[in-house]
Amino acid sequence: MLLTEEDRARLNGEAGEATRIAMELVLAAGEAVGAGSLLDITGAHVDSCLYHGLASLDFAERLSGAGGAVTVPTTLNVTSLDLLHPELYRGDEVIAARARKLIDAYVAMGCRPTWTCAPYQLVDRPRLGDQVAWGESNAIVYANSVLGARTNRYGDFLDICCALTGRVPYVGLHTDEGRRATVRVDVEVPDSWLDDDLLYVAVGHSLGKSVGTEVAVITGLDDRADEDRLKALGAVAASSGAVGMFHVEGVTPEAATLGDACQGRPVERVVTLDPGTVRAVVTGLSSTTTGLGAVSVGTPHASLAELESLASLCSGRRTMVPFYVSTARDILATAGAAAEVIEAFGATIVTDTCTYLSPILEPPDGAVMTNSGKWAYYAPANLGVEVVLASLSDCVESAVGGETVLGSWA
Amino acid sequence: MRAIVPGPAAGEVVTLDEPLSLWGGYDPESGLIVDGAHPQFGLSLSGKIVVMAHGRGSSSSSSVLAESLRLGTGPAALVLAEPDQILVVGSLVARLLYGKVCPVYVGDPGAVNGTYVELNTGEESLGEP
Repeated sequence: MLLTEEDRARLNGEAGEATRIAMELVLAAGEAVGAGSLLDITGAHVDSCLYHGLASLDFAERLSGAGGAVTVPTTLNVTSLDLLHPELYRGDEVIAARARKLIDAYVAMGCRPTWTCAPYQLVDRPRLGDQVAWGESNAIVYANSVLGARTNRYGDFLDICCALTGRVPYVGLHTDEGRRATVRVDVEVPDSWLDDDLLYVAVGHSLGKSVGTEVAVITGLDDRADEDRLKALGAVAASSGAVGMFHVEGVTPEAATLGDACQGRPVERVVTLDPGTVRAVVTGLSSTTTGLGAVSVGTPHASLAELESLASLCSGRRTMVPFYVSTARDILATAGAAAEVIEAFGATIVTDTCTYLSPILEPPDGAVMTNSGKWAYYAPANLGVEVVLASLSDCVESAVGGETVLGSWA
Repeated sequence: MRAIVPGPAAGEVVTLDEPLSLWGGYDPESGLIVDGAHPQFGLSLSGKIVVMAHGRGSSSSSSVLAESLRLGTGPAALVLAEPDQILVVGSLVARLLYGKVCPVYVGDPGAVNGTYVELNTGEESLGEP
């Protein structure tokens, strides 16, 4: 590994014990994947602030106790708690206390208390070509694919080590070569399906299952694949697979043409998604279709546009079942009128965390409906609930009627 | 096989039929696979030499691996087809904090599912981070 003088000084402890530990781990991670050198980053998004047991806290306190301080602007992922609405937490108080200590450790190291899994919806998000170190699988795939920023899939612990050192192994998605599409995924469905949010969930789920860690270019979509739909696509792709980046021909910033996405070289594999496959994925993400107990939307955290869409659907109406909407505190702060409409509808707005992470849902009397492929993917194991995947409008219609309504996908 | 986190390990080989996201798919308290969609749902990985094509899903899997090693429910070693930073770092942090070593190898273990094997690359430890 080629190291600079500054890297060696960090390794020797000249920048403090926390930086020394961080540098050792960055180096070990880089050597594991065969990196030849390290690279400067301009920002980081840290997922390690989510409590997963004492190992999370012991590591954070080791670094913060040794005087660790981030050297690049660093945002924080969701926590286990809704800090703005602490009364929503229904879990163990010992765990909550440890989660708060974990939060304190990361804030003490200079990270911004943003508490969102969608840092790409914040005002100062990275731009095309920016080199960053992001954790949180959905944020990683969004940064690479939709923003054209460059990050590998940084796991817990390594994300804060990159933020402390400002250095990352120069491999994979940080390089031009690593961003080349090697698989083409052709979406061949009726044009009207491109207006349906669930198509993007199905494409994402299929992408994750079929490409693993490879970079794919998707064809057959157009500018109806807006930022929120690409968010949903990437989030489920990074759940069903280890997808760190995808291109959409004619839509995403490094794929003006198919040739750009493939860097002028042939793809190694072509996968075709036909209507039957798409329909099977959508229905397969539901574990049941009856017995509505609750609704949860906003995974990843709802954008302002998504809160406004929800507000227009639920304006003047009233939900008959518990209805949860997760978003970022910074988005909520700008959502004034929409947030009022959503609360008048009877929905609970959750910030700083996610309903599949934190014990917030009242034990539902029936299945939980969601418009999120990622939520549908993880909630059955995390929460022990049945799920129904449905469009946002079907979620609202079902909540108002008190029973499952499935529109075109039934 | 190449060791990306060196160290000896011994145990029963468990070959995963599909990649597993440790976060959301593996319970560090019990050591069991809890992803209901995984073909080996309910299987214990505790003390096993776990062979997987690659990691999958959440970037929180580093934490889950470290926590399972802290609790003593973790795998004895991981054998991956391709290097995975998320799992390497989880293993290294458990070594740093608790002195628990879960070697990570890359390559073909040349061992059959269900057999008992001993792995030792004979390499020097990388040293404590």
